[in-house]
Amino acid sequence: MRILESGMGELLQPIDLDEFREWNREKKAHGLVDKRMTEQEAISRFVYDGCYIGTELYGTVRAPMSLAREVVRQGKKDLRVAGQGVLELDLWLGAHLVKTLDITYIGLEVYGTSNCLRREVESGRVEKVVEWSNGGITWRFKAASMGVPFIPVRSMLGTDTFRYSAAKIAECPFTGMKVCLIPALILDVGLIHVHRADKYGNAQIEGISGFAFELARASKRLIISAEEIVDTEEIRRYPDRTIIPYYLVDAVVHAPFGSYPGEMVYMYERDEEAIREWVEASKTEEGTQAYLNKYVYGVANHQEYLELVGWERLERVKAAVEGR
Amino acid sequence: MTAPNYNPTELMICLAARQIPDGVTAFIGTGIPMLAASLAQKMHAPNLIPVFEFGGTGAILKRLPRAVGEGRTFYRGLVASGICDTMETAARGFIDYGFLGGAQIDPYGNLNSTIIGPQHHPPKVRLPGSGGANDVGSLCWRTIIIIRHDKLRFVPKVDFITTPGYLTGPGAREAAGLPPGTGPYRVVSTLALLDFDEETKRMRLLATNPGVTVEQVIENTGFELIIPDHVGQNDPPTEEELRILREEVDPERFYI
Repeated sequence: MRILESGMGELLQPIDLDEFREWNREKKAHGLVDKRMTEQEAISRFVYDGCYIGTELYGTVRAPMSLAREVVRQGKKDLRVAGQGVLELDLWLGAHLVKTLDITYIGLEVYGTSNCLRREVESGRVEKVVEWSNGGITWRFKAASMGVPFIPVRSMLGTDTFRYSAAKIAECPFTGMKVCLIPALILDVGLIHVHRADKYGNAQIEGISGFAFELARASKRLIISAEEIVDTEEIRRYPDRTIIPYYLVDAVVHAPFGSYPGEMVYMYERDEEAIREWVEASKTEEGTQAYLNKYVYGVANHQEYLELVGWERLERVKAAVEGR
Repeated sequence: MTAPNYNPTELMICLAARQIPDGVTAFIGTGIPMLAASLAQKMHAPNLIPVFEFGGTGAILKRLPRAVGEGRTFYRGLVASGICDTMETAARGFIDYGFLGGAQIDPYGNLNSTIIGPQHHPPKVRLPGSGGANDVGSLCWRTIIIIRHDKLRFVPKVDFITTPGYLTGPGAREAAGLPPGTGPYRVVSTLALLDFDEETKRMRLLATNPGVTVEQVIENTGFELIIPDHVGQNDPPTEEELRILREEVDPERFYI
């Protein structure tokens, strides 16, 4: 295949598919093992300084916020991050934990650009930034999940998004057309929040699945947090709903309101006031640290966080669900 | 009858909504495009099929989504799948329109939402990045861009091409490998409605917004626009459009 152009971005994570196969053979439990543990244990066992980490879905929508806060609480640093995020990655940026970024989008959506991202990237504290599109980064996970080194796509062509990525443009050996080769991305750790899982990690999601399917299959270690831990019989009754099978999963964390202050579709709405509190706080370095002190360092775990937020408030976001 | 009062954002949303025909598939980006799609669906395009990147297809846009993945993007929808499905559906040619915003636009409709300034890293100003915009601008048939009109945004050359317009001109998209027959179709701004000249692929003034002169559009554009002999005039928002926009689309006033 003739390579016509190479993006100048660095491949932040090596593509070693045979090692990934070996890993999946040796380091993952192929049988049914009870993997229930707390956020504290899951993060301390599987997330480490300098690891390559990704989260799914994002910040205000089915995001693994209790896990993201625990990463901050334990001060896991020099993180290399696959960047599609709102509040969760903002917390990591605000806590100065991010060293390099494969970025697609980090922002506050209706509230505009992320000030944490701006401070960390414009100061150079985030040392490397490699650009991708949302499709692009998900196809990277998909390539890894297929066990192949790249996928040819028709996105990113002709743009600076390509030029500052680590993709390549090649002439297709079958058709002669130009295609963008999207390299596989194998994550050291993936964090996903789901509606329900059993103790082995069989996980089910309601509503859109975002990129959970792909990210789960591209991760060497996968931590699942779930609103509800259900009996395996429940999983067996609706196996068609299992999007993440147990063998991908290393830890199962019971996290009710795990996506708060974001939403969990059909269960609770987002808490606009709480989101605005972060938007305001994150405008300054001082505000950011004060917020982290109150909501992350100041509480020992997710349970204490929920107590701090208050059950009245949590009941309110539950009651706000619009239904189907 | 006196003309209703409205602000530039409301006008832009109404004009963008009018660009959406009924019965088409349209990829909806975050922000103003969501309001335009919602307004269109409640006005003249009840059979509009909105597609949101994280998997929502065919939602009834009863309330304004504040995020491209939230429940409202598939409320009473037809499909709740994932991002691979929506992007690959666009790649196979099923998505008629793509709606996007941006921080900067150039004469060829190239969009920047990544950085401001000459250097990529560290940048003068870091913006959120492509998100799904690059995929939408690459793969949907017709891209409609919604953007405020001033010289900081309408620039001769964007600082960073996040999302492809016609790149450097005629034939450039095809030469880059992008699917033929795709590209920017309309630009809806606070001052005007614009399209792209078939021959040169450069931006052309189609119609000015109510109370706006051709000269004002030229003054607020950082590059030379093609001004045809006949320039139309956009109708102001109707009472009905404004009522629906204010009472039903964005009653919480996130954008308007």
